[in-house]
Amino acid sequence: MFKKLIQKARVKSPWLLHYDCSSCNGCDIEVLACLTPVYDIERFGIINVGNPMHADILLVTGTVNYRSRKVLLNLFNQMPDPKLVVAIGTCALSGGIFREAYNVIGGVDKVIAVDVYVTGCPAKPEAIIDGVTLGLNRFTQRKEGKKAHAR
Amino acid sequence: MTDTAVFIFIGLIAGPLLGGLVSGLDRIVTARLQSRIGPPLWQPFYDVVKLWGKEKTVVNVWQAFCAYCYVAATSIALVLFFLKSDLLLILFTQAVGAVFLVVGALASTSPFSQVGAHRELLQILSYEPLLVFVAVGIYLETGSFKIAGLDTWNEPLLMKLPFLFVVLGYALTIKLRKSPFDLSTSHHAHQELVKGLLTDYSGPFLALTEIGHWYETVLMLGFCSLFWANNWIAMMVLILTTYFLEVLIDNVSARMNWRWMLGYVWAMGLTLSVVNLIWLYVG
Repeated sequence: MFKKLIQKARVKSPWLLHYDCSSCNGCDIEVLACLTPVYDIERFGIINVGNPMHADILLVTGTVNYRSRKVLLNLFNQMPDPKLVVAIGTCALSGGIFREAYNVIGGVDKVIAVDVYVTGCPAKPEAIIDGVTLGLNRFTQRKEGKKAHAR
Repeated sequence: MTDTAVFIFIGLIAGPLLGGLVSGLDRIVTARLQSRIGPPLWQPFYDVVKLWGKEKTVVNVWQAFCAYCYVAATSIALVLFFLKSDLLLILFTQAVGAVFLVVGALASTSPFSQVGAHRELLQILSYEPLLVFVAVGIYLETGSFKIAGLDTWNEPLLMKLPFLFVVLGYALTIKLRKSPFDLSTSHHAHQELVKGLLTDYSGPFLALTEIGHWYETVLMLGFCSLFWANNWIAMMVLILTTYFLEVLIDNVSARMNWRWMLGYVWAMGLTLSVVNLIWLYVG
């Protein structure tokens, strides 16, 4: 019973960590827009935390390059399990228009396993909220003890 | 004997239950003040249960030890309050808890945690003398540091100790981590210190610090209730008004620096306390 309670609580209280790999800030502004009174994601118990050690969901925007790769991995490894990764925007999905650039590795999934992909350039706040709530289902589906992993 | 056991039980249960509800209400009222809808009332409980189910990671074992000691000390302080014990004893037990939280933060090498811990020490330095003055004021009025006689005291203490109630308000604002005194850590999202004092507490240990904070919240509101202890309705009105004012102040003010806090709180708090004590002594 207690396990069920914890699982319910996980869905009810996801804390976000937002990391901008090397985005143009378009998607970041949309992420922050979710916190405003218009969208008010605190309705769902979502809090935007600045600390990976408190976070449950990692929101990543922007293409991954050789520098931000280390930071991304570091943040991901600091988050205690269970955790989710949501990639936001075209750049985080595949590298977008920058994918051919010499310093770009590509999308977020080249570095860490991504649970939800949110498309858009920039992604709409509605789509981001939808992506996060979709990701929350993974908490109930994922078997106990199975860990998220880095690539 | 059975009475004592019942009060201990009430103290242990009331802390997390009331504290969590107060915290949930706080978040809803805050959201409404910012023209948002806000989370459900049970949100703080969801948060704590979720944190409890997370992976245990500690930077340093002492941190885990300190988190347990913090909860133990604050819960003992609240149980002593429900047992109508000595005010000074309750204050010092609560201070032990507060210091353990700081020691836990200092056990990590993270600069955010370190700076947060130092700021928390300054906050403790600011409000502890004020709390002792409040206890002294209650002693001068009733002739005892015990809480036991207060619920049958013929006149509400607020009439005799109005300035000391304001002083308690300062201590309450610092203790509840409300602006402008939320230097070491705050309930709000981002700040320059990430999460300050609580940066390196994570998972179940963060849940413990939250439960400890609930105990402290109930204890501080309990202190407020002493100022109108002979009438239940008036007591509730007093507590609710005070808490609403706290939330309002939190929302209309910005965070200040520690120099301002120490100077302002000591100047205002100590002056108001001394004026009230002289008034009591002469009057």
